[in-house]
Formats: sequence, structure tokens, C-alpha cells
Amino acid sequence: MIVGRIIGSVVSTIKHPCYNHQKILLVKPVSPQGAPQSGLMVAVDLVGAGSGDLVLVASEGRAAEELLDFSCRMPVRSLIVGIIDQIDL
Amino acid sequence: MRLGKVVGKVWATVKDPQLAAVKLALMEVVDENQTGTGKILIAADTIGAGDGDLVFWVSGGEAVRAFPDKNIPSDVTIVGLVDHLNVSAS
Repeated sequence: MIVGRIIGSVVSTIKHPCYNHQKILLVKPVSPQGAPQSGLMVAVDLVGAGSGDLVLVASEGRAAEELLDFSCRMPVRSLIVGIIDQIDL
Repeated sequence: MRLGKVVGKVWATVKDPQLAAVKLALMEVVDENQTGTGKILIAADTIGAGDGDLVFWVSGGEAVRAFPDKNIPSDVTIVGLVDHLNVSAS
């Protein structure tokens, strides 16, 4: 999992059925100190995160299939699985 | 998943049978301002995106499972057409 900050949302009508009724957000990866890093992720939100929130993003392996209960096979890779309150370094 | 912009098409007659009837798009990875990053990828297109369309795509193992009835030998697959991006000022 990585740490990211929500910087916006995606509005999409034509998409794979597995994304129906899901909130799709834009996440900028950040360092544990909060500094923005390169790249941009599009992630499905499972926790009700909002713009500016620091979040935990799972984007490897079969996290999506484990966490989302869909009947279809899922081309979903990045999931927001937590809102970070604090990071102690 | 990540954002991309379709910049062209790829035709291939001889290809794996699982890719038959699957559109191949040439796509540039873009950032939140829809500015190209210079990275161009060939993606299997499941939604019928056209030139200039902003899309989101999956990579890796999930790219293989975009179709309900078959596994396609693709590591980049377009799975959604973006109507609008709401980007908050940072």
C-alpha cells in the first residue's frame, strides 16, 4: 500500500460494469512526510474519502477482488482502503 | 488505474487469437492537468475510445481480466471513458 492525497474525482459514464456505482477519485502519491511524488493514480474509493484527505491506497495483487464482492471478473487495481489520521516517523 | 489520452490506433492482423476483435489504441499517459507525460503505450480498448478521448486504464494482472469470457494477453487495458475531471486547486 502507498500513501496518497486525494486531489479530485473522475466522472465517467462509459466504463467497465465493475466500476458502476463506485466513486472514482484521483490520488497523488505522497511521501510519508506529505511531499507530492511523481505519478497520478485513479482509484476506487471504499471508505468515503474526500478532496484533500491523506489516504491509504492498495494497488498491487488481488486486493480489489478480495475486498469488492462482485460477481464479474474485475479489472480494478487501485483501491482507497483507509483515511490516514496521523503518521509517526 | 491511471489516466491516459488516446492518440491513435494500432492495427495487427497476425496476433494471438484471444486478441481477435479487440481494438488496440495508442495512448499517452497524462497527469491531472491532462498534460502528456511523454510515455506512449499500446492498450487493449474495451470501451471504444476514439482519438483525443481521456480514459482510465489498468495495468498488470487486472488488465487480463477485462472481458467476462476470456483472458486477453494484455498488460494495459482501457476500462473507462472520462467525461469530466474535478481537480481541486492545490
